Amino acid sequence: DAEIIHSLFSTYIRGTTLEVDRAVKQRGDSSWLVSVFHDNAGVVAFDDRDHLVYKVETHNSPSALDPYGGAMTGIVGVNRDPFGTGRGAELLANVWGYCFASPFHEQARPAGLLHPRRIRDGVHQGVIDGGNQSGVPYGRGFEIFDPRFLGKPLVFCGTVGRLPVTIAGRPGEDKTVSPGDRIVMVGGRIGADGIHGATFSSAALDETAPIQAVQIGDPITQKRMFDFLIEARDRGLYASITDNGAGGLSSSVGEMAKASGGARLDLAKAPLKYAGLAPWEIFLSEAQERMTLAVPEGDVAEFLALAKRREVDAAVLGTFTDSGFLEVVFGPETVAMLDMEFLHEGDPDLDLPAVWEPRTFPEPAGPAPVDLDATLLAMLSRLNLCSNETKARHYDHEVKGLTVVKPWVGASADVPAEATVFLIRHGAKRGYVLSEGVNPFYSDIDTYAMAQSVLDEAVRKQLCAGARLDRIAALDNFCWPDPVQSPGTPDGAYKMAQLVRACRGLYDLTRAYQTPLVSGKDSMKNDSTMGGVKISVPPTLLVSAIGQIDDVADALTLDVKFEGDVVYLLGLTKDETGGSEYFRLRGELDKFHAAPGEPSPYVGNRVPTVDAAETLPIYRALETAVRTKLVRSATTPGKGGLALAFARSAMAGELGMDVDLDAAPDLVALPPDVAMFSESNGRFVVTVAARDAAALEAIFRGLPCRRIGAVTAATSLRVTLGGLLRINLEIATMKSAYKETLAHV
Amino acid sequence: MSEPRVLILTGLGLNCEAETEAAFAMAGAKPDKVHLLDLLDGTAPHKLADYPILAFIGGFAFGDHLGAGSVFANKIRWRLYDDLLAFIAKGGLALGVCNGFQTMVRLGLLPGLDGDFKTPRATLAQNDRPGYRDAWVTLGFDPASPCLWTRGIDTMELPSRHGEGKFLADAAIADRLEREHLVVARYLGPDGIPTEEWPFNPNGSPSAVAGVCDPSGRLFGLMPHPDAYLYPFHHPQWTKRKLSGVQTAEGDGMKIFRNGVWAAMGYVD
Repeated sequence: DAEIIHSLFSTYIRGTTLEVDRAVKQRGDSSWLVSVFHDNAGVVAFDDRDHLVYKVETHNSPSALDPYGGAMTGIVGVNRDPFGTGRGAELLANVWGYCFASPFHEQARPAGLLHPRRIRDGVHQGVIDGGNQSGVPYGRGFEIFDPRFLGKPLVFCGTVGRLPVTIAGRPGEDKTVSPGDRIVMVGGRIGADGIHGATFSSAALDETAPIQAVQIGDPITQKRMFDFLIEARDRGLYASITDNGAGGLSSSVGEMAKASGGARLDLAKAPLKYAGLAPWEIFLSEAQERMTLAVPEGDVAEFLALAKRREVDAAVLGTFTDSGFLEVVFGPETVAMLDMEFLHEGDPDLDLPAVWEPRTFPEPAGPAPVDLDATLLAMLSRLNLCSNETKARHYDHEVKGLTVVKPWVGASADVPAEATVFLIRHGAKRGYVLSEGVNPFYSDIDTYAMAQSVLDEAVRKQLCAGARLDRIAALDNFCWPDPVQSPGTPDGAYKMAQLVRACRGLYDLTRAYQTPLVSGKDSMKNDSTMGGVKISVPPTLLVSAIGQIDDVADALTLDVKFEGDVVYLLGLTKDETGGSEYFRLRGELDKFHAAPGEPSPYVGNRVPTVDAAETLPIYRALETAVRTKLVRSATTPGKGGLALAFARSAMAGELGMDVDLDAAPDLVALPPDVAMFSESNGRFVVTVAARDAAALEAIFRGLPCRRIGAVTAATSLRVTLGGLLRINLEIATMKSAYKETLAHV
Repeated sequence: MSEPRVLILTGLGLNCEAETEAAFAMAGAKPDKVHLLDLLDGTAPHKLADYPILAFIGGFAFGDHLGAGSVFANKIRWRLYDDLLAFIAKGGLALGVCNGFQTMVRLGLLPGLDGDFKTPRATLAQNDRPGYRDAWVTLGFDPASPCLWTRGIDTMELPSRHGEGKFLADAAIADRLEREHLVVARYLGPDGIPTEEWPFNPNGSPSAVAGVCDPSGRLFGLMPHPDAYLYPFHHPQWTKRKLSGVQTAEGDGMKIFRNGVWAAMGYVD
């Protein structure tokens, strides 16, 4: 009774987006999806001048071998994706997110693997230098820690761009390649660096991994190239553009030639860093900072003259044709002659089995901690919940002058924003909103729930900043352990089933939320066999959301604002402690350690789920409350649950909160520790002025919206449950616990 | 004189052109972003002499290789210096922010003592705590300074965003800067007193020096970014300030651009 799925991507990822787009059109609205899935990045409509472009990539294997160079290439490489979308988008903001093993890792590690602290330092510095020197601020940054990222770190880097609605009289997203257009390569020169980059990235990391496969970026060369290309773009000097990333010229020219029906490329004309490269090396090199363009014959002279004036290398390497072949020559010698049909459609479909068998894990055995003050402080100091401000401040977050809600907010700007808000250009009012959801810990129990949880988290954070619910687009980045059944991967069918369930979870909830998936990327071999030990990452899905806000002056932050403001809890809390940070703390308190490659105990079993019928009415009501300007602060419980949400809002506002949870029957029904630390989805903590309390309650009539307390002038967070004061902590005490862990590394 | 023209030098790794252009435009000037190479080879529509205001903006010119601002300064030194000296002699106004300040110091435009704008007399060295850092600081301004760009400004919060901002000069030069009130801006601690203590002073500058001007007050360089505080919502605490009713109509950084534009229009002397 096996089910056959023809392509997860077409069925679930593109499937959702086509359905959302159809629904929008059926309502009589005009589609806001400008270009999805076929260009280098997703494009959505923003305003009458510019579209929004967004892409997130991973650069995991290179960062494992050479953390600085690999990660820098991660950021400057993904910069070229928006730039190579349509006829070229200007870069607005970067995002980054990393999954590492603990920087304090003390146990032995397999031979050949760098210490996670060295990887972390190098990855940060590479993306810091790459982003800062490119003049692009960062909008979001997260770090996740788990021992299973010892083998391969995950390094997510993304870039938002703005694509003019019209460029030189034509829609900005249109790219054409006509027979006769010249193949022009611009930017850096070709060397032996980055040969095999794409193939090695898609293999398990072992001792044979070639270090020269890592491409080394040079942000300044690229910045100068971009500045030049924007000038050329606006003068209409080229018809199409794409980046040279994985596969180098073989990929960029091969892809562009599809539009014209062929190409003739002379590798002998390519500018080289040094002599001695074989033709195949020139063809495949992933040397950085290069774009490939189609330049109409009549524009070539002006294009090359402008490049010369801007001190940017540009070379004509051949001509796009309609011959039906990709002809590659090296001077007089033909080195490749590939049929275009075979090149693009020739790969056979894979037939991959997937078998889903739910796993069960032990629940915590010992008694629950009674002292919730100590527990909350322990939670605040945990790697996955604590502040990483020391590293994050090295990244510029406000160059360009368009950042409205910065990554760090609150009275001392030391608590991360739920979502960040940016203008798209000076003089505008409308803004875009960035957030994300990621939680590989839930994958151990069920990737269906994991995928829905991370999408829900990203959407909730959007609403906390004031984004419109009907203009949230999402990107999906899957980083999976090898899911292909083989002697080295005896559990491949299970991992493939985890992938299927994640895709289904995402499909079901994106349809319910009408949140299209506009771009994404998969990375399917995140395993290491260094030193003969196999370490696989937990299945990780990053959902990166980009939303819109009509007037950035209405944006919200999570810090509580004034004494006397009323605190409301929206949504329901369930016993959903499976995969929670609290359970991992309990495991540590009980002196349990994860076996190598296994999840850290306790994992538990009751993973947070999402019921859109329950959550959507709350989200719509919150959107209304925000639009009517009732809400003064908004935060959403996620990792660490309610207690962490209260702590973050109080720490950010540097004001006390007096909270009595006995107003919420769902919380009273739970054990106090579960009530505080369960990670149920669909919840918010908001504050409003006392005079607006009735108006807020009217908007939420019939929905789970409980008045639970007030903001105070005191300097402590006090939380009562079951008639007992369970938490009573000074804000300064919480802040030191929150900041100390990663303050000096 | 209406709408003074502003020459904003761009390219080669600089990156604060959009916000600087917006700032000068809001201040009532007519900014032109001009690629340095176009100015050097004469293909730009105007020459330096056509502008009363010159802006050296922030960024990473040439990746800050060989020291922040060095290569960019050398391009100017060898190919634009005569024009630049003529611009200064005519009473031109110049603002250098961050990488632009570094460039002005490398060129010798600042502190520009005794009419010598060619001899570098100071440097902006690596921060005591290494690495680039983006965090807001509070600046205090010297009311006795001749600086035309900072008239009427007492204190101002701005973001500091650099890795090389520690202002160093030998003792004799440092003394003169103090005596002649050429230290325009200093980093203040929470008590409102100039401080060398991190993070209030982000780089460890002795005497908390954040910005200096030349004796005419027309050339001004500053490490923190006034171009990053143009709108009320640039302030890190704006969401609370807005609800408190203390929000200003525009960002404080605009005061510096308005002062410069007014000076160019002849309203300040």
